[in-house]
Amino acid sequence: MTAKVSLRGLYKIFGPNDAAMVDHVKTGMGKATLLEKHRHVLGLRDINVDMQPGEITVIMGLSGSGKSTLIRHLNRLIDPSAGEILVDGQDVMKLGQSALRDLRQKQMSMVFQKFALLPHKTVLENAQLPLSVQGADKATCDREGRKWLARVGLEGFEDRYPAQLSGGMQQRVGIARALTANTDIMLMDEAFSALDPLIRTDMQNLLLELQKELHKTIVFITHDLDEALKLADHLVILKDGAVVQQGEPQSILLAPSDPYIEDFVSDINRARVLRVRSVMGPINGDHFDGEVDASRNLEDMIALTGGDTNLCYRVTDGGEVVGQLDMKDLVKALVPRVSADVPPA
Amino acid sequence: MAAYDGVIDGLGLRDWCDAGKEDAPMSMAQLLAQSGGGETSNGPALPFPSLDVLHEACGRIGQTRDLTAGIEQGFLAVRPELKLVLDPLTQPLSWMLDGTLWLFQATPWWIMIPVLLLISWWVSRSASVTAFVASVLLFFGFIDHYEVAMQTLSIVFVCTGISILLGVPIGIGMSKSDRAQRMIVPILDLMQTMPTFVYLIPLIFLFSITESKIYGIAVIVYAIVPVIRLTDLGIRLVDRDVMEAADAFGLTAWQKLTRVQLPLALPNIMAGVNQTIMMSLAMVVIASMIAAPGLGSLVLQGIRTIDLGVGIIAGLGIVLLAVILDRVSKAALARVDNTRKEH
Ligand SMILES: Nc1ncnc2c1ncn2[C@@H]1O[C@H](COP(=O)(O)OP(=O)(O)OP(=O)(O)O)[C@@H](O)[C@H]1O
Ligand SMILES: [Mg+2]
Repeated sequence: MTAKVSLRGLYKIFGPNDAAMVDHVKTGMGKATLLEKHRHVLGLRDINVDMQPGEITVIMGLSGSGKSTLIRHLNRLIDPSAGEILVDGQDVMKLGQSALRDLRQKQMSMVFQKFALLPHKTVLENAQLPLSVQGADKATCDREGRKWLARVGLEGFEDRYPAQLSGGMQQRVGIARALTANTDIMLMDEAFSALDPLIRTDMQNLLLELQKELHKTIVFITHDLDEALKLADHLVILKDGAVVQQGEPQSILLAPSDPYIEDFVSDINRARVLRVRSVMGPINGDHFDGEVDASRNLEDMIALTGGDTNLCYRVTDGGEVVGQLDMKDLVKALVPRVSADVPPA
Repeated sequence: MAAYDGVIDGLGLRDWCDAGKEDAPMSMAQLLAQSGGGETSNGPALPFPSLDVLHEACGRIGQTRDLTAGIEQGFLAVRPELKLVLDPLTQPLSWMLDGTLWLFQATPWWIMIPVLLLISWWVSRSASVTAFVASVLLFFGFIDHYEVAMQTLSIVFVCTGISILLGVPIGIGMSKSDRAQRMIVPILDLMQTMPTFVYLIPLIFLFSITESKIYGIAVIVYAIVPVIRLTDLGIRLVDRDVMEAADAFGLTAWQKLTRVQLPLALPNIMAGVNQTIMMSLAMVVIASMIAAPGLGSLVLQGIRTIDLGVGIIAGLGIVLLAVILDRVSKAALARVDNTRKEH
């Protein structure tokens, strides 16, 4: 599978003389030293990420870790100090003004943390924006705008103004706007962070549901691990502008490579996040107490067994037997690995 | 003996000074004494070493009068060239002012008043404001001031229109570049703080007082400032997140300006227009000194002939005109504001 979007050796340094600072950073100068000695801010350091088509790539990190900076490189709202940004194998850095506009109009759309709707336009006009910018005729704009507004559950609100809607509804408009653009790639910068928890869960479900039929390449930024684990096909963890670990979320959870990530994962509900697939082993017995699907989460399994750790299940995925689950392994997997007191297995 | 003879001698400049001795023109003190009737006293023992005082000691040093005369000479020297450039540039202003003035006066009152009321209604969408405008206009007619009020109004219309036409693009340019802003802001400050009379003087030199553009320019220079400032401010205040979204969806610079920046800056621009209207009205009154027709000339006449009643009625007329212009433009501003924030 070739990546839809690839970042190769991406560096970003904020300051007047950023290109010259890249060498300092490449030879190992840290963020603090760079700021102190050269008055430049290290934004991103040697980012290499491949984003696969049809997957949700989640970029997670604490505030100030460079998430927004990273996602803004994809459509070049920010220009890198060094490195390559490849979209469908083409280097975005080589695009001229109008080709770049074309890319932003037809290949990538974006959803913003603070919604960033046009306050003087109606909901429908906002949703139509990407098409009307491209000069589509009124009928097409109208049809597409209404279609996607209905799809995100905003039928009947077309003629309202954004200020008349709640935050969750405004973000639905933001999502409808991004969908109307009909792009393969969707960039979402903390799209749900400004919403309260219940609406947030709603929106996550809406996104997953849409993704099931649309199969877009989504880049999703969050600082919330639960959200990341719920949405991610591929998880990238950023710290101080560098990638500390990336991969399949379940494997990161089970084998954090860094104390920073251990901190992150230590206080989440592992039973709810981990799935049978991640903790099962190869078949080595012939007695099974039942059959379970590989995508069930561990919380479900505990409820199923009533807490009995002596049971063992055959695991299936799409009808095929893929392994076995010993409930004792399951319990072990629930213990968060903390580097200080558990040696690597 | 003059006060600073000793100093000149001490510096060994005596020969140089005496070489250029000639009959001096009038000193500043003599000039003031002549025009204001102020007395020339014998002065203190140690007068400030001003140009005039130093001149007494050394004929080579010019007097302050030489300075003012020099400025006048310089101005007169470049006048033909300035006129050559400025005259054709500003000529349309004269035509517009004269044309509009003619239109406002030639149109019979029973057409003019309904048209003005329609405009008030269309701009403000407020029945009470329109009714107020109607009563003021009828009052003007009733006290035989309709004609002069229309003269003033026509100048305000033209000057405000031109101020907007020039001011909004300048404001847009200013908002796009910090350098432009740094360069233009001091000029705007100067235009606003400089006493009006000060720039009436070069205007009188430059153009003939019979041309209407002379007061047109005076009014526009003074009144254009707020619309420039507030256009710049309005565009700079547009939410950065919204601008980022506009970039992310690939809007062109023109699309960003017309679809995002100008509409979002509109409340500020309208506030600027409101101020511009008020300032051009204020200036039209002052400009009656350089032959601008209208209510201001009646006030001036009141002052000149010490006719209290004429002056007061004309002054009241100006206030009423100011109030209706303000009400109508404020109502328009409120209407624009409301469509954004209605909940
Ligand atoms: N224009 C800029 N000039 C200088 N430094 C900047 C600029 N933009 C971002 N930075 C710095 O880069 C770092 C990363 O910022 P960024 O906004 O990408 O963080 P983030 O991970 O999105 O944080 P948050 O969760 O708060 O949104 C921060 O240290 C920030 O101060
Ligand atoms: Mg951010």
